[in-house]
Amino acid sequence: MTDVEFLLWVRGPAFDIATIILCAGIVVRLLEIFLMGRKPDFAEPRGSAMAGGMRTVFHRTLPDPGTLKRSSFTIITGWVFHIGLFVIIFLFVPHILVFERALGVGWPGLPSNIVDAVTVVTIIALLAVLIHRLRDPVLRLLSEFNDYLVWAVTTLPVITGWLAFHRVGAAPPALIGIHILSVELLMVLFPFTKLSHAFTLWIARWYNGAIAGYKGIKS
Amino acid sequence: MSGPSFQRGYDALMEQIDAPTAAFFSSCVHCGMCAEACLFFTETGDPKYTPIHKLEPLRKVWKQEYTFWGKLAKSLGISKPLTDQDLTDWETLVYDSCTMCGRCSMVCPVGNDLAYMIRKLREGMAVSGHAPPGLVGATRRAINIGSPMGVKLPALQAQIRSVEADTGLKVPVDVENADYMLLLSSMEIMNFPEFIGAVAKIFDKTGVSWTISSEAFEATNSGIQIGVSDIAAELVQRIVDAAEKLKVKNVISPECGHAYMAIRWEGPNLVGKPFSFKVIHILELLDELRSQGRLKLKDKVDSRLTYHDPCQIGRRGGVMEQPRHLLSELARDFVEMPEAGQMNWCCGAGGGVSSNERADDLRLTAFQRKKSQLDQIKVDGLVSACSNCRIHIEDGLEHYHMDLPVLSLTETLAEHLAD
Amino acid sequence: MKKDQTLGEALRSRGISRRSFLKFCATTASMMALPPSMIPVIAETLEKMRRPSVIWLSFQECTGCTESITRSNSATIEDLIFNVISLDYHHTLQAASGEAAEAARKAAMEENWGKYLVVVDGSIPTGNPGFSTIAGISNVDMLAETVKGAAAIVAVGTCASFGGIPKADPNPTGAVSVSDLVTDKPIINVPGCPPIPVVITGVLVQFLTFGLPELDSLSRPKAFYGQSIHDRCYRRPFYDKGLFAESFDDEGAKKGWCLYKLGCKGPTTYNACATAKWNDGTSFPIEAGHPCLGCSEPDFWDGGGFYKSISTPTGDIGRNAVYAAGAGLLAGAAIGGVLHARKQAAVRKHQRATIDDLGEES
Repeated sequence: MTDVEFLLWVRGPAFDIATIILCAGIVVRLLEIFLMGRKPDFAEPRGSAMAGGMRTVFHRTLPDPGTLKRSSFTIITGWVFHIGLFVIIFLFVPHILVFERALGVGWPGLPSNIVDAVTVVTIIALLAVLIHRLRDPVLRLLSEFNDYLVWAVTTLPVITGWLAFHRVGAAPPALIGIHILSVELLMVLFPFTKLSHAFTLWIARWYNGAIAGYKGIKS
Repeated sequence: MSGPSFQRGYDALMEQIDAPTAAFFSSCVHCGMCAEACLFFTETGDPKYTPIHKLEPLRKVWKQEYTFWGKLAKSLGISKPLTDQDLTDWETLVYDSCTMCGRCSMVCPVGNDLAYMIRKLREGMAVSGHAPPGLVGATRRAINIGSPMGVKLPALQAQIRSVEADTGLKVPVDVENADYMLLLSSMEIMNFPEFIGAVAKIFDKTGVSWTISSEAFEATNSGIQIGVSDIAAELVQRIVDAAEKLKVKNVISPECGHAYMAIRWEGPNLVGKPFSFKVIHILELLDELRSQGRLKLKDKVDSRLTYHDPCQIGRRGGVMEQPRHLLSELARDFVEMPEAGQMNWCCGAGGGVSSNERADDLRLTAFQRKKSQLDQIKVDGLVSACSNCRIHIEDGLEHYHMDLPVLSLTETLAEHLAD
Repeated sequence: MKKDQTLGEALRSRGISRRSFLKFCATTASMMALPPSMIPVIAETLEKMRRPSVIWLSFQECTGCTESITRSNSATIEDLIFNVISLDYHHTLQAASGEAAEAARKAAMEENWGKYLVVVDGSIPTGNPGFSTIAGISNVDMLAETVKGAAAIVAVGTCASFGGIPKADPNPTGAVSVSDLVTDKPIINVPGCPPIPVVITGVLVQFLTFGLPELDSLSRPKAFYGQSIHDRCYRRPFYDKGLFAESFDDEGAKKGWCLYKLGCKGPTTYNACATAKWNDGTSFPIEAGHPCLGCSEPDFWDGGGFYKSISTPTGDIGRNAVYAAGAGLLAGAAIGGVLHARKQAAVRKHQRATIDDLGEES
């Protein structure tokens, strides 16, 4: 298989398969959650569950000052790589073109050299996160194979993308092909690992805020 | 099938898992931030006290019963199913080192309500025979005698007589059509009977129509603490029956943390329908009286005071502003602890921990968190609204050789009530 | 021109001045990115050499490669090379035809055995040898026969280098490249559809002067194919800044912004278009406002579309996602239904717990 044939395959059937697994898998995961149901609450409410839920969905993004001090490493590196991933995925023009193809609408991107700098910072943050997970006693107790697998499939696209952009390591069609393949790996694992938190955390936060809001507490 | 068994526990866990639980376990990314929010971890440094780790048995049941791949893995024998040994190993994590204070639920970045899930996990632990002996004893006493501490009606009547003698006021018992029926925790009856006097004084001055029921006066709900909803329901039903028999409009939850959670928020759900009366916390009522201008103080407390939010009343109960309104009237020099309010640190004794003798050492170690909060401010008195917190804080202060009076908000208000 | 004249003698006899000749050598040197000190080396070598024999085989081609060279504006330069080599066989340019032409080919092979250069343009059909024949000889056979005594083979154009347009899906003739059939002789690929004239001549000069040039992984001379269009494109600053033409003739296009969004294959195309340009340095496709097609790369015709960017998936992502979500709804409803039922069964199974169901007391 030549480089170009490989690139055409990852852009073609492989991407179709990955899209299907990602979308179907996420929907199944969401239904697995919702169809478990929830008992109605007969206590007299003090506040609004709906308002509480909506509030926590957004507000939980910001830590309280005490927690920020205590868990500063986790919070800061977490913020850095999440924002980094957001910038790379949604504000880099070649990626915006993919969304344009899927949604029919695109949006302006950042200059590519800025995204390049963000990528380097993101890789550093991801490495820091891994080292922390390997060394911190709490994380060592909690972590299992899945945590490291998810780290790898998240970091691989960032690194291969950086290499493809800088055309380092192999011929450009091969580099782009490997990058897209690594993204497809991420896509197929999304619904079946903790990566699904990208979709389910809004639900978890909503329930948290709703339970609290019913009692008049802002969580 | 009678008696505890692993199967009963497993079935109980299967019943407990719901959509929020599924959302929570789906979202956990193993970030470890819940550990740094839990006083049992911060004061021991032992990773096993990480809240999400405490929930591992529940997570296993969710995974292997309520997810497609988890169920597949279990039926193919690829994954390890939950065993009775797991529950044995987890007993101290679920009971000794957790008060269901809910601080972890406030901190989790993906929004997991871990305390909510601990409550559910206890349902499985208890009926499989894995609850702490101390708590089992308290629960049996609560059902058989009517109080986890074994306080019977004659003991209460003795305290009432003593209070009437001290205050010169009548404590109304079994008065029909009173507006408010007061519940009392055994802790208050036995250790802080001044509370009853304080309430009598205040209600007399403010013209509140109230009563105590001789058939159901116990506020504490051991069923909530041990985590058996059927038992908790039975205890709540006694209160419901008494309230309906006396045809009262409101039931007052006293200065006791879990009592408020039990009657106000879990109560109607335990008995399966809404109450025909309202439930109000004593602090809510006092604040109402204050805002109506009926609660008048003759003077203020001069010494420097701070307030400890009992977890089940504040963060998990929703009564946080009211004590502060009251303290603004009562205290001349009031200062908040660092991280007060809804991020307050638990005293370490709630949720059944103080009934669990096995957990004494751990409880006192965890108390260092509260101590360090107090060390950061120099106060002359600590006010709270939960007698369990109060007794444990006194215990802890003594253990660490700290001299600091611990006051009940209701009692202190009564002391400064205008004539 | 006599066959055993040196190249220098041949040029002088044609009245080409030394100045013109040196200018040609200088141009060639700069094309190969060689320092000025190499110009006398090129000049000396070319001057002394015997006019080498070149046999040009045209197979399944459009003749565009030949047209490209011979129609060039800088006629003296390219014309020069055709006068300094002994082009002993070329369908379009030769005077002879029929038996005489084939005889000339055979004679050139015999007389220069081991030293002649074979130039091929066009792909070779393997589906049925009868698809392309010359004098009744199939392309496959003629190629095999002719390369036997060759010093080297130059595959000119993308068809000869990689199969080109005939090879595009569904490849009805079974077209293959020279490299697919010849494995025992050095091959230099000079792709392009067509290749740039000065690149063709530059490669020939490079071969004649220095022997086999340094080749990349696709056997293309690194001197001319070592950099991508993207790396040398004058519109690169716009790419870096994120300024793209969104459609043909829009504001961005008029301002000369990058054509990446319109499907430019510059990033993955290696050729000298951005530097040497076409029509004697006049312009090249991007400068004219059209995205690069990637015509010097294998499978450029099947590369997912000229107007789709190189990194975009080719399928209908939106439709796939919607169908998958629909399938997920069905599967999820089924699975969720089972879970719900399992939970309800657990609830129905509930046995009321009493204090007798607890563990040991202290």
